[in-house]
Amino acid sequence: MYVAVKGGERAIDAAHDWLARERRGAPELAEIGNDQIAGQLKLATDRVMAEGSLYDRDLAALAIRQARGDLIEAIFLIRAYRTTLPRFGHSVPVETAAMACIRRISATFKDAPGGQILGPTFDYTHRLIDFALLAEGAVPPPRDPETMPHVTGFLGRDGLIEAADPDDTEPGDLTRTPLSLPADRALRLQALARADEGFILSLAYSTQRGYGRTHAFVGELRIGLVTVEMEIPELGLSIALGEVELTECETVNQFLGSKTEPAQFTRGYGLVLGQSERKAIAMSLVDRALRWKELGEDFTGAPAQDEEFVLSHCDNIQATGFLEHIKLPHYVDFQSELELIRRIRAEALKQGTADTTEPEDRA
Amino acid sequence: MTDEQKAERAAWMGLLARSQPSELARLMPALPPHDTIRAPEIGTTMIRGRAGATGAAFNLGEMTVTRCAVRLASGVEGHGYVQGRDKDHARNAALIDALMQGPEAVALRAAVLAPLQASATARARARAGEAAATKVEFFTMVRGE
Repeated sequence: MYVAVKGGERAIDAAHDWLARERRGAPELAEIGNDQIAGQLKLATDRVMAEGSLYDRDLAALAIRQARGDLIEAIFLIRAYRTTLPRFGHSVPVETAAMACIRRISATFKDAPGGQILGPTFDYTHRLIDFALLAEGAVPPPRDPETMPHVTGFLGRDGLIEAADPDDTEPGDLTRTPLSLPADRALRLQALARADEGFILSLAYSTQRGYGRTHAFVGELRIGLVTVEMEIPELGLSIALGEVELTECETVNQFLGSKTEPAQFTRGYGLVLGQSERKAIAMSLVDRALRWKELGEDFTGAPAQDEEFVLSHCDNIQATGFLEHIKLPHYVDFQSELELIRRIRAEALKQGTADTTEPEDRA
Repeated sequence: MTDEQKAERAAWMGLLARSQPSELARLMPALPPHDTIRAPEIGTTMIRGRAGATGAAFNLGEMTVTRCAVRLASGVEGHGYVQGRDKDHARNAALIDALMQGPEAVALRAAVLAPLQASATARARARAGEAAATKVEFFTMVRGE
């Protein structure tokens, strides 16, 4: 059985026309440009890049405009577009130690070599609506970029933190192979990097409140540009073909040691496309919570420790697709349920036992 | 090609890739006749990171890349791989790559590569200056002294 529809095409066309007019807003006002969105709503643009899992600021801005500011809809547009593109290759792992930082802070070392750079942060602002956004201030004199070594490196020299030795095993790729569990850390990090910021934030917060506590310090948080280098096999060359802005968070976590390992700190790691320190910090907390098995910790049943729960529910495009599909016609499904419940009720009424079990079920 | 020549070519290809498309377009010389081997094509590169910055590699997310290949009448091939979706940018990068392998290299280095390098350095220094202006120092204060 199926349900046909009449006049659907005309109705859909009319809906799309109306949508276009709504998107444009009042015609007497100037239309917003992609460059204005990318430049003045940069953090919204960066979120769409991060969760759309595609670094292209102009495209993210266009998606936000098309989606009328609905960021999840914009992320959907980016993900859909990405699937139409060929993949030319993959980069050499980015060198975040060589990042040209615009922000770099440590909550564990006040004297981190290279210094602490506040950058364009909301921290220390009063968080009051500013009804008269001031004109830009004077531009400071240019100077040469400084290199800033990772602060976890200092702990590493003394063996106070677990090693993170280079490993060039080909990492799994969620965009090529559907997620299978158990996932390794590489796959988890990919999933978390493109996961919904709100979901990851809440999970990270839950670990701080005791659901899978990991005692995290922000060893270092940095935002800046890194060079993206890719091997071009047909030329036998490796080219630094782009620069991307990334946010990186390294947490330093408590660890008591085991029979085979002396006590040392452990690591949580967050790396996100664009500027989003909330997401990067949250990602590093969730990454650390998910590492309980390899670090020999107990599974306390906390949601943030549950790999299947986290990885299966962190993607807002999957989530929104399944959630919103229930608004689509389910006439046939519902018709069968309706017939079933009518039949059950009719049989029960016939036997005169209609309500005898109901109160117990409620209790 | 020697390793040194390869490194030199990789350096100019990278500089062309990371340049502002409009700036490169402005600096382009008069073009000799050429064939297109591969028309500009938009695709992606998967950006990789490392767990804990130094550990196992993982896939972070993709970036858009446009590539193009051209051949000059002399038979020299030029390749452009540039960030973003600007097809003219990829073609211009491929053309300069081809010309840089010929007798025009010295002139092009001064007329195209040097200004692009200067702009890139200026952008990096401007950002570093902004960052340095927000640097803070922490002092440990001991109570009762």
